[in-house]
Amino acid sequence: MHPILSALKHHKTTVVLVVLEIALTCAIVTNALFLIGDRLAAMRVATGVADNALVWARTMGLDLGQGTALGADEAADMAALRAIPGVESVAEANSLPLSRNYMSVGAWRHPGDKQSLVDNVVEYAGTPGVIDTLGIRLSKGRDFLAQEYVPYRPNLIGSGPRTPPPTVAIVTRTLAESLWPGEDPLGKTFWLDSGGKEPVQVVGVTDHLLNPSINKYQGADRNMFLPVTKVTGGVYVLRVRPDRRAAVRRAIPGVLQKVDPARMVQAEIYTDTIADYYHGDRAMVWLLLVVTGCLLALTALGVVGLSSFWVQQRTRQIGIRRAIGATRRDILRHFQLENLLIVSLGIVLGSAGAVGMNLWLMRHYELAHMPLAWLVSGALALWLLGQLAVLGPALRAAAVPPVVATRSV
Amino acid sequence: MFAYYLDLAWRSLRRSPVLTGLMVLAIGLGIGASMTMITVLHVMTADPVPGRSGRLFYPQVDPRPQGSDHDTPDPPGQLTWIDAMNLLHARRGVRQAAMSGGRVTVIPPQGPSHAFNAPARYTSADFFPMFGVPFVDGSGWTAGDDHSHARVAVVARALAEKLYGTSQAVGKTLRLGKYDFRIVGVIDRWNPAPHFYDLSMGSYARAEQVFVPLETAMETTLGTQGSMECWGDFPSDGNLTKANGCAWVQFWVQLDSPAEVAAYRRFLDGYSSEQKTLGRFGRAPNTRLYDVLAWLDHNHVVPGSVQLQALLALGFLLVCLINTVAMLLVKFLRRGGELSVHRAMGASKRAVFAQLLLEAAVVGLAGGAMGLLLSAFGLWVVRQQPVAYAAFAHMDEPMLGGTFVLAVCATLVAALFPAWRACRIAPARLLKTQ
Repeated sequence: MHPILSALKHHKTTVVLVVLEIALTCAIVTNALFLIGDRLAAMRVATGVADNALVWARTMGLDLGQGTALGADEAADMAALRAIPGVESVAEANSLPLSRNYMSVGAWRHPGDKQSLVDNVVEYAGTPGVIDTLGIRLSKGRDFLAQEYVPYRPNLIGSGPRTPPPTVAIVTRTLAESLWPGEDPLGKTFWLDSGGKEPVQVVGVTDHLLNPSINKYQGADRNMFLPVTKVTGGVYVLRVRPDRRAAVRRAIPGVLQKVDPARMVQAEIYTDTIADYYHGDRAMVWLLLVVTGCLLALTALGVVGLSSFWVQQRTRQIGIRRAIGATRRDILRHFQLENLLIVSLGIVLGSAGAVGMNLWLMRHYELAHMPLAWLVSGALALWLLGQLAVLGPALRAAAVPPVVATRSV
Repeated sequence: MFAYYLDLAWRSLRRSPVLTGLMVLAIGLGIGASMTMITVLHVMTADPVPGRSGRLFYPQVDPRPQGSDHDTPDPPGQLTWIDAMNLLHARRGVRQAAMSGGRVTVIPPQGPSHAFNAPARYTSADFFPMFGVPFVDGSGWTAGDDHSHARVAVVARALAEKLYGTSQAVGKTLRLGKYDFRIVGVIDRWNPAPHFYDLSMGSYARAEQVFVPLETAMETTLGTQGSMECWGDFPSDGNLTKANGCAWVQFWVQLDSPAEVAAYRRFLDGYSSEQKTLGRFGRAPNTRLYDVLAWLDHNHVVPGSVQLQALLALGFLLVCLINTVAMLLVKFLRRGGELSVHRAMGASKRAVFAQLLLEAAVVGLAGGAMGLLLSAFGLWVVRQQPVAYAAFAHMDEPMLGGTFVLAVCATLVAALFPAWRACRIAPARLLKTQ
């Protein structure tokens, strides 16, 4: 170890600079890798519905004034959609997980008791068959019964008399936990509407159903599903054989316009909706990957440059060491060890910096705490990089013949 | 002397092309990445109505009853129809406009089978002069049109050209669903970013294609769009103008002096007390009056991820600079012999220092040029993304100049220490060892 230390003492400034560069790279790369992992994990969260077997469609009336109100002939629409080859079932829903449109309400554990209000609960609503069509799996309880579907407008849109909400609901485990922590939610009653006027009984529980939009107010999956006979301003959801999705999507506009031509139709494969929702995250992951890659490449080039310079500067000393008995292997080891020492120093500093950076990011951008495993991955990446970068110059050093020692410069 | 230094720098750089290339690459990458992200941040934080933003204000009042379900200290983000109309007709500002977003079904002259949806804005007459909207033909409608619920419309140039093949469309008929509107003005290219006057449509939404008087839009029941906050019952017939417990109207007012701003604040408080006495408001006056930039800030319009990306890019630039310092140090120290000869032959320390800095500046310029190419590429990639702000990601002249200034300055700063170290060597010692 000793000759390495004394050699490094001769290049104090450059050593300090390289250590600093590696430390910064380590801190940034570790945090970037953590962010990438965080985003990828968020993107992999299951929606709770049968992603690969769904197509949805929305129609917009032309408002031409011939008296065909928006979606007046929904039964005819649904019958026509069911007749498309490859379609297994059709239902209406007010929204879908990750489709961005949502409506949120407050749920009361006790009517009128403000302390018991769980606010910002997303309200899903669907017509008969919607739970099976979407493929929502119930971990407890049962699906809605035919008589439980009632006329109710969750979106507050359109006209008509105001009706009370359904008396039963299927809730997610998250909502159940926030209403009745640690208790069995099945059969329990909560209240909806201003002040908690309308009782709703829990008949089913699903472990997981993602919200239409994941944000800090509504959270990721705090929601309830209500049975309704008709959804105004919602979407038709089609359960489709996965290999028929594209064909069904293409067929939908023609089929619906045959029922009623005075409207515009939008149809989409559900996995495209999911991909669209996560677009920003995907872009962020790519950006982080590119920056991390550039950063590592740059640091590697810096190490190559400096090592080459040192090898060149010490050609004579290397020659002398070779002349007095050092093997090629010894010289190679010398430069590899030297690099290991410098990189390790950088990693120690960089890890401290990475933790500091993570704490700062946590405070300003609502990021999670970085598990220490990410530090190890960052450190490993840099050790590997350092050794790869020094290999070329070190081999060149090892190739210096002993005879150099006898030549004057 | 300058030409001679330049010649020296050129020779020196050519002597070690790999090291020089590496330095240019490092600076280019650092500048390219950070300028891309800074440009995006610059575009996203730009003033959407330059020259007017300080005089435009967004008033808020709190009509919620005492002890309603949703107790937030901030008043609702929008106004109810009644409050918006009261503030509009009070005319306490220099100009004021109430508005809401929507989508309309445009029936083109070719017939209903070619119908399409277009984003629309329902607003009042002052919208156009207050926001400085440029017209290519005609102008906005008048307060009289608002009052008489006139069937008039203003359209964007793109829509006029699409429908009629010309931007001179004043007097033509625009069919929206079953109603006919007379076009009174065609807006030239106008696309404020952020979409400050109604953030619920998306912070970087494009400007609307169709503008119709708000009261006319309510009368003809064109559909509204955007966010709506309700604390009371929703009217059973779906008529938004009767929704006393729902806030969905945006309101902007122009106030030209601090005195007018103070007076308007007093007016809002007075209005709130008056409405409380009338029994419409349940709380003590709880009003806000933000100007444009404060309103954007209050709503956190710039996404956190964009700030994060800019920080990341700056960190990257820092690593690039440290890299450059190390490489320049190596490069300058390697030339100890040559510099010693210069010094021994009478060049002052200052002259050697200047020469080394000039060499660094040449590297910086080359790095800047490369950075410019890289950031042009980076911005092109950003523009390919289907995010709302992507279309705005262009480099303007100040950013273009800024890139070179940043590149050269950064390299010069990086070169200060190596150049100082290189000047400090004692010429005699080095010459002797040669």
